[in-house]
Amino acid sequence: MKVTVKLFAALREEMGSREFEQDLAPGSTVQELLDWMLEEYPALRPYVRSLHFALNHKYVTRQTELHDGDEVAFLPPVGGG
Amino acid sequence: MEKKTKLFEITDQEISSDEVVERLADPAIGAVIAFVGVVRGETDGREVRHLEYEAYPEMAEGTLCQIGAEIRERWKTIQQVAIVHRVGHLDIGEISVVIALSAAHRLEVFDAVHYAIDRLKEIAPIWKKEVWTGGAEWRSEA
Repeated sequence: MKVTVKLFAALREEMGSREFEQDLAPGSTVQELLDWMLEEYPALRPYVRSLHFALNHKYVTRQTELHDGDEVAFLPPVGGG
Repeated sequence: MEKKTKLFEITDQEISSDEVVERLADPAIGAVIAFVGVVRGETDGREVRHLEYEAYPEMAEGTLCQIGAEIRERWKTIQQVAIVHRVGHLDIGEISVVIALSAAHRLEVFDAVHYAIDRLKEIAPIWKKEVWTGGAEWRSEA
């Protein structure tokens, strides 16, 4: 299955990309996607503890299961206003 | 009266507080409060040159709408809420956010607007980068 991954702010700058598509095994969770990304991009490690996650525009936990066509966002600490 | 545009919006255009207040226009209201967030030229004693705001707009507009719903749930006297946040390059003194609330009477609007700005900083997927001479940093409330 394929998901779209979106990156923002410091994370987007670190990765040099705001969006990419990723193939995952069916039934993968947000945590498994994150684990895969950390293996590919160890530079992301300092950000992991403070990240929040959104699935199709709603906050979710790391245990949430992903489905084909989902949009997953990795959100560094927010601070608008 | 024709309802004007969106009540919850992420925009890359200049924001006018008057225009956001007008979005709440309704003959039944007796009080409107508007919080206007403005880019400050100094943080922690450092001179800021400008700010870069970034949002996840598809999610952020929903989050702002949720904050509006939370307010109307908590304070039954609040009639309408509008929140407009700007993104992109903002110079010192420019408006970054306008939160407008309307009620039949003035009671509770102050508490509600305080809640709105706190919640926005806490949950809206919006990020702020301070740019000063020789550096830049993403700032969060955390």
